[in-house]
Amino acid sequence: MSHLVLEGLGKSYGSAVAVEALDLSVERGEFVSLLGPSGCGKTTTLQMIAGFVPVDRGRILLDGGDLVAVPPNKRGLGIVFQSYALFPHMTVAENIAFGLEMRGIDKAERETRTLEAMALVGLKGFADRYPKRMSGGQQQRVALARALVIKPALLLLDEPLSNLDAKLREEMQSELRQIQRSIGTTTILVTHDQHEAMALSDRIVLMNQGRVEQIGAPDAVYGKPASAFVASFLGKTNVLRGTGDGSGAVSIGAFTLPIPGAGTGPVQLAVRPERLHLAAAGAPGFEARVTSRVFQGAHWLLTADSAAGPLILMRHNDGQPVPAEGETVTLSFAPSDAALLAPGDAR
Amino acid sequence: MRRNGPLALCFHALFVIFMLAPLLIVCVVAFTPEGYLSLPTRGPSLRWFKAIFDYPEFIRAFRDSLWLAALSSTVAIMLAVPAALAIARHRFPGREALTTLFMSPLMVPHVVLGIAFLRFFTQIGLSGTFLGLVLSHIIVVLPFALRLVLAASYGIDQRIEHAAISLGAGHATVFRRVTLPLILPGVVSGWLLAAINSFDEVTMTVFIASPATVTLPVRMFLYIQDNIDPLIAAVSACLIALTAGLLIALDRLFGLDRLFVGTGKG
Amino acid sequence: MNRALSQRATPYWLTGPALLVFLGLVVIPLVMTVLLSFYDWGQYKGIVPEFTLKNFHEIFTDSYFFEIFLRTFRIAVLVTLFCMLIGVPEAYILNRMSPAWRGICLLAIIGPLLVSVVARTLGWALLLGSTGLVNQGLMAAGLIHAPLEFMFTETGVVVALIHVLIPFMILAVWASLQRLDPQIENAALSLGAGRLTIWRRVILPQIVPGMLSGGIIVFALAASAFASPAIIGGRRLKVASTLAYDEFLNTLNWPLGAAVAVLLLAALVAITVGSNRLIERRYAQVFE
Repeated sequence: MSHLVLEGLGKSYGSAVAVEALDLSVERGEFVSLLGPSGCGKTTTLQMIAGFVPVDRGRILLDGGDLVAVPPNKRGLGIVFQSYALFPHMTVAENIAFGLEMRGIDKAERETRTLEAMALVGLKGFADRYPKRMSGGQQQRVALARALVIKPALLLLDEPLSNLDAKLREEMQSELRQIQRSIGTTTILVTHDQHEAMALSDRIVLMNQGRVEQIGAPDAVYGKPASAFVASFLGKTNVLRGTGDGSGAVSIGAFTLPIPGAGTGPVQLAVRPERLHLAAAGAPGFEARVTSRVFQGAHWLLTADSAAGPLILMRHNDGQPVPAEGETVTLSFAPSDAALLAPGDAR
Repeated sequence: MRRNGPLALCFHALFVIFMLAPLLIVCVVAFTPEGYLSLPTRGPSLRWFKAIFDYPEFIRAFRDSLWLAALSSTVAIMLAVPAALAIARHRFPGREALTTLFMSPLMVPHVVLGIAFLRFFTQIGLSGTFLGLVLSHIIVVLPFALRLVLAASYGIDQRIEHAAISLGAGHATVFRRVTLPLILPGVVSGWLLAAINSFDEVTMTVFIASPATVTLPVRMFLYIQDNIDPLIAAVSACLIALTAGLLIALDRLFGLDRLFVGTGKG
Repeated sequence: MNRALSQRATPYWLTGPALLVFLGLVVIPLVMTVLLSFYDWGQYKGIVPEFTLKNFHEIFTDSYFFEIFLRTFRIAVLVTLFCMLIGVPEAYILNRMSPAWRGICLLAIIGPLLVSVVARTLGWALLLGSTGLVNQGLMAAGLIHAPLEFMFTETGVVVALIHVLIPFMILAVWASLQRLDPQIENAALSLGAGRLTIWRRVILPQIVPGMLSGGIIVFALAASAFASPAIIGGRRLKVASTLAYDEFLNTLNWPLGAAVAVLLLAALVAITVGSNRLIERRYAQVFE
C-alpha cells in the first residue's frame, strides 16, 4: 500500500475543468514534484490535498484513510506557501511553536522541539526576530521549520523558492533536498521551474491543462519524453522528421537507424541538442548546414538547417574546432537517444 | 478565499439597513400628503416638493453652495498641484513641516476653524461676505485635493519626464504634455472630492455665514433648529437623490474605493 | 542666479502660494483665537483686550462646564467603542465578498459619507422621535408600552454619530485587512487552528493598528461633532462644540467661547498625537 494515493481526483470551476482525473501513488519518504505551466492544475491539486479547495471527484487516501471529508485543520499536513504566510506579529520562535500549541503540547516540549526545528533549518539564534526583519531566504527557512516541527504526515511545498533570487534558490534547493532526506518526510512540491523539479525530486508528475502528461524519474522523463509537450517543456529539444519503413527502421535522408515501434510513413523523433553528434566525413549521418553559432562559455550553441527540419546542437568548448556559419556538417545520434513521438502529436 | 457564513451575511444585512434607514425614511416622509410628519399612507404626494419653490431662500442657498464649491475647490486644486509636485519630487528643508501644515485642517476641529475665521473676518471686515466663505472653504478642502494629487504625483516615473527633456521639450512643454496628463486622474478626483466636501460643510460655515450669504446645509440646519416638518424632508430628499446620482457617476468613472480608502477626515 | 541655486529654490516657488494662503488664513486666525480666549468680556463693555485667565478659571471651576466636557468625552468614547465593535466585523465580511458585491456594498457604506450630515441626522430625528419608526416598531412588537425617549438624549446622539462616523472605521480596518497575506488563514488552518483561534491569534493582532488609527479619527470627529449633537441633542443636551456655538452666536461672550474651543483643540491634539506616538512605538518593530 502506498503512503499517499490520489484516485480519480478532479475539480471543476463551472464548466472549466481545473483537474480532470488525477491518479497518483506516492511512496513513504518519496519526493514528488507536480510540474507544469501556470493553469495546468498543479496548484489546485495541492490545495485539494491540503483541504483548502473542496474536492469534486475522487479520493485522497493517506495510509488507506480518505482525507476528503477531514477539515484542513485536522489533516496534520505541513505546508510551505509561496508567500511563506508567516505571522508578522509573532517572533520566529512563536511562529514555529504555533502548530505545537494548537496540538496542546506543553511548554517545555514546545521549546525543545522549536529549538530542534530551528537548528535543522540553520536558524539558531534567530528565535526573537520578527519575520519582517529577515531576508527572503531566512523567512523561507522559518516557514519550513514551522511546517516540519509538527511532524507532518506529508510536506506540501507550493512554489516555495520562486520568490528567491537565482543564487539563493540554488543553495536552498540543495539544502531542502538534504533536509528532506534526513527526516524522510514524504514531500510533494508544486513548481513551474523544470530545473527545480529535476534537481529535487525522485519523480516528476508533468501536468498540462488539468491532465497528467507523464510520470517518472527526472532523467527518464527528460531522456524519453512521452509527448511533444513534455519534450518542449523540459529543456530544449529537436523534433526530427523521418520516414518509417514499417519494419522498425526510420531514415532521415541516407541515415537509417532502428527505432522499434515506428510505423510506416512520416514519423517524428525527439532528440536532445546535446545528443546530436558531429560525425566524421564519410561516417553514417545526415547533412546539415550551420546557420548560426553562439558562444556560451562552457559550450557553443549551433543552429542548423537539414532535411529533417531546423535543429539546434551543442558543442562542448573542449578545444576542438567548431564549425563556422555556412559550413555543411554531417550529424548522427544513437537510436537510444531518440524518443518516438506519438503520431499527430506535433509541436 | 473563503465565503461568508449565514450569520455573517445576517450581520451585514442589518448593518446595510442601519446605514440606509435614515436616508430612506427622509425620502419616504418627503412624499407625505399630510401637513405634518408622517408616512405617506394615503399614497404619495408631491405637495412638499412643490412647496420648496415657495421658499426662495432654499433655492438661493443651493445656488450659492454650488458656486462656493466650484470656486473654492478650483482655487484649492490650483494651489495643491504645484505644492504636491514639490513635495513628491523634491527633498528640501521644511518639506515635512509644510506637508503637516497643509494637512492640518483635517486635524483641527471645524468648530475651532469656524470660530477662528469668525474672529479673523470680523477684524478685517470680511465677516458675512461671500469672499469670506470662499477663502475659508479653500482652506478646509485643500487637504483633500492635495492628498489625491500627491498620490498621483508619487506614481509618476520621473524618467518619463527625462525622456521628454532629452527629446527637446522645454519645462513648460514637459508639464503641459507629459506631467499634467499623467496626474490628471488625481487632479480631477481631487477637485471632485474638494467640491463635495465644500458643498457638505456645515460646522465651520454656520459660524461665518450671514443671512445674505448662506449655504444650503447651513440653511437646512437653521431651519431644523426651529422646527422639523415635511418641507425640510423634501429638501433633504432632493439632496440625497442628487448625491446618489453623483455617487453612481463617480463609481463608474473612478471606482469609489480608490477615491476613499485612506481619506479619513481625521 | 546659477543653475544649482535655482534648482534648490524650485520647491519653495511651487509651495509658496499655498504656504502664503495657509499662513494668512490658518495660522493668523488660530493665533487670534488663542489670544481672544485670554481677553476679558462683560455684558455691557463687550470684548476688552486685556490679558486675563478668567475664562479658563470659569470653565475649570464651574460644574456646568465640567459636565459638558465630561459628556462630550463620554459620547466620543462610546461612539468609538461601538464603531470598533460593529466596524471591525463588517470590514472583515466586506473583505471576503466577491469584488462585484463588495462594490455595491461599498456604495451603501461609503455613499452616506457624501450626503450632507444635516440630511443624515434629520433621518435619525425622524426615526428616533417619539412617533418615529423605531418607537412605533418596538410598540407594535409589544416590547415597550410607552415610547422610548431618544431625542434630546445621549443615546440618540451616540446612535446618530455612529452612523456618521463608522465609514471611517470600516475604511481604516479594511485597509489593514488588505495588507494581510491572503494565505495567512490557510497557514494557520494547516497548523491545526480553529476558526475562533485564527481570529483571535492571527487576524486580530494584525489589524489592531488599523483599528486604533480608525479609532483616533472617529474619536476626534465625535468629540468635535457639531451638527448631529445640535439637532438630536437640542439646546438641552450640550456638548463642547454646541457650547462654543452658543457662546458665540447667542450669549455673544466670544472670549469664553474661544476658551472652550482652545481647550477642545488642545485636548484633541494631545490625545491624537499621544496615541499616534504610542501606536507607532508599539508596532514599529512588527509592521513597517
